[in-house]
Amino acid sequence: MDSLIKNNEVRLEILSKIENVVFARAVSVSFLVNINPTVSFINEFKTVISEAVTNAIVHGYENRTNKYVYITISYDDDFVYLEVEDKGIGIENIEEAREPLFTTKLAEERAGLGFTIMEVFTDSMEIASKVGVGTKLSFKKRYQSGESND
Amino acid sequence: MALKFQMRIRKNILTLRLDGDLDQSCIGKLKEKVANVMEKYQIRYLILNFDKLSFMDSTGIGFIIGRYAEVKKKNGMVFICSMNRMVERIFNLSGLSKICFVAKTENDALGYLEVA
Repeated sequence: MDSLIKNNEVRLEILSKIENVVFARAVSVSFLVNINPTVSFINEFKTVISEAVTNAIVHGYENRTNKYVYITISYDDDFVYLEVEDKGIGIENIEEAREPLFTTKLAEERAGLGFTIMEVFTDSMEIASKVGVGTKLSFKKRYQSGESND
Repeated sequence: MALKFQMRIRKNILTLRLDGDLDQSCIGKLKEKVANVMEKYQIRYLILNFDKLSFMDSTGIGFIIGRYAEVKKKNGMVFICSMNRMVERIFNLSGLSKICFVAKTENDALGYLEVA
């Protein structure tokens, strides 16, 4: 990602503890106050970051709590960009993982909807993953600033 | 915001009121408490009151599916009431509207069960 073309950017490294999902959501909301987003934009973005970071911890790191999740949020005049990366187990079959209701963790009551929700709530989603190396999700979401809230 | 929850039991009906954010960070404790109560009181009908639920991701959907599977064994039902617009979007996206009943308020859901 070429940071020169961005208006602003924040990078976070968080320990793979599930309570840090709450922190990641809160940081995203605080950071994006700068672009004066609509309420529905913020709600959707919060959901995307929540799904992505939860996936990194629960799937990428299989709930190990001593690893790091790397998050980058940035924006230009039209889009907000989000990257969530883990150095975990990776995804064997990306197409399968993207399928609605596909889950490897049915017993833990995972709905298998994470990717579907992330895809619906963004304008583009890219998944780069290598087994044993990690997974990186990259999102673009268009925003319009200064709109009346909701 | 952490999740707060409140349970009310009336015969075999459990009303669960959620307040705050429902995500992976709080699901373990919630699931344990609710599963215990459902088992102990032989709950057949579950009413989820989302009036004060400010945020939910797919973890919440998984939770609802899990509880639905439990009450279904007893031919029971799950009601969801007072969803805000955002939670409703996630709910609709998940297809849960095919297996859960949506009620406007907790009283509507209770009223339905009294008559039924």
